[in-house]
Amino acid sequence: MSAMAIAATGLTKSYGGVRVLDGVDLSVPAGSVFALLGPNGAGKTTMVRILATLLRPDAGTARVAGFDIVHDRHRVRRSISLTGQDVAVDDLQTGQENLQMMGRLSGLSRARSRLRADQLLERFDLVDAARRRVSTYSGGMRRRLDLAAGLVGQPAVIFLDEPTTGLDPRSRQDMWQVISELVRTGVSVLLTTQYLEEADALADTIAVINGGAIVALGAPAALKKQVADQRLELTMVDQAAFGRVRNDLGARVLTAEEASVTVSVATDGSAGHVRRLLDELDPTWQLVGHFAVHEATLDDVFLALTGRRATAAETAKEPSHV
Amino acid sequence: MSDVLTHRAPETVSAPYILADAASMVGRSVRLSRRNIEVLLVSLMLPVILMLMFVYLFGGAIDTGTAYVSYVVPGVLVLCAGFGSASTAISVSQDMHNGIMDRFRSMDVSGAAVLSGHVVASVIRNAASTVLVFGIAFLIGFRSNADLLGWIAAAGILLLFILAISWLAALVGVLARSPEAANGFTFFLMFLPYASSAFVPIDTMPSWLQGFSAHQPVTPVIESVRGLLAGTTVGSAPWVALAWSAGSLLVSVLLSAVAFRRRTS
Repeated sequence: MSAMAIAATGLTKSYGGVRVLDGVDLSVPAGSVFALLGPNGAGKTTMVRILATLLRPDAGTARVAGFDIVHDRHRVRRSISLTGQDVAVDDLQTGQENLQMMGRLSGLSRARSRLRADQLLERFDLVDAARRRVSTYSGGMRRRLDLAAGLVGQPAVIFLDEPTTGLDPRSRQDMWQVISELVRTGVSVLLTTQYLEEADALADTIAVINGGAIVALGAPAALKKQVADQRLELTMVDQAAFGRVRNDLGARVLTAEEASVTVSVATDGSAGHVRRLLDELDPTWQLVGHFAVHEATLDDVFLALTGRRATAAETAKEPSHV
Repeated sequence: MSDVLTHRAPETVSAPYILADAASMVGRSVRLSRRNIEVLLVSLMLPVILMLMFVYLFGGAIDTGTAYVSYVVPGVLVLCAGFGSASTAISVSQDMHNGIMDRFRSMDVSGAAVLSGHVVASVIRNAASTVLVFGIAFLIGFRSNADLLGWIAAAGILLLFILAISWLAALVGVLARSPEAANGFTFFLMFLPYASSAFVPIDTMPSWLQGFSAHQPVTPVIESVRGLLAGTTVGSAPWVALAWSAGSLLVSVLLSAVAFRRRTS
């Protein structure tokens, strides 16, 4: 295998005249985690489907695990696994049966498939549920089984398409844990996500994708430096105060919402900085009603990178400290 | 732990064997249909219920020159192959519209393996219901004059017909835009037997329908199975039945391969 797990140049794909991918270049060094971060409809899933040989690009080339995704797709398929947005296991089979079936389909012997299934059930904390039908599993258990099913054949390159979308925070944390451990074993991972936090927690490199093109690329820290690390959100006491503070801030305004009389501004989140901002904007303690500090969201990244809000992106976050 | 998750070098990956994949897929489809209560009821109970209904409700009013149960069994079997095909089309369509097909394809499992899994499971379901129907039919008065050869010939013709209709259903499942649409497509398959010699002799039908009924594909299947089991002369009917089934099978296999490729790229 070459040093690049994935190397793509100029990948382009259109559907019915709509360009979904517009000449995307991308390279993922072997043994690293690469996150494609973007809102719904940005082209993330199309990208994954092309790299996983399920779709042919209209133009451009790519090599995955050293093999060409069009001409050598059978060898690509034997080196990868794909865990898509839809859980791809059979509800009417048990967890164990699903994994054994994947083992047989990966070319393992019957005995070896059973062994692999048992190992993975153990590893993914599904031993107690092994002999139950998947229809009785919780959402988090299904995702874990789904991920396990993708690992049966011990792939070198793993594609995870929005692995935590729709999961509750607790299951999401579990999933992150599993993925980070996976990465430590040396496989290469390309994951897509709508959550900056997720990309930040898991990825070595993040590519922000929007409208079928990569708009920013870099290590999470570098990328976050391009945008506000954190955001101070001020809720004013009334419209007059809102107008005044917005004017005072001028170009520093990150977001302003008249209906809720809130304005937000970049901060590093330190007490000193927040205090200085408050003193500067509201020296008489009369304008600001409440404040909250938020982690930078995908929406903020988008705003900073593209000058417009991400469409349909999931951006709601709990205040990190108040 | 690390041993569980580490990848293996691509060169140790064994070549995919389409037959081994198909065998896994058969195991899967059989297991799934065994656990799907609706499918089980349709494929096992419905044939028996239909047979009882025809024999006891309509049979008294229909004069076929023999015991009606002996007349109607081949028709019931063919009708139920149509019902069974609906389940097959639906399950293929569900796979096509579910993440699992992406996973299978990304594992280099061929469409042929996935479809043959469904088809073989469908044939097994139908064969089981056929045996059940014969069992009950004997209990309520079905009698056969056929020798072993006649039974084998009848079974062969039925089996090929079931295989053909199952591949046709798989093709419908690949083409259908949704499982509901797949169900709708197979509706007409269930009506074909009514316009054949399945339940009433063709010469009792209006003359404009007789031409169609005598020459549509299920009539020779029914005529040959009925004749072979009764031990009467069957003429060319078995050959016509085999030709229809083999031809339809060939077309369905080829078209489903093409359709699968188009639907998945």
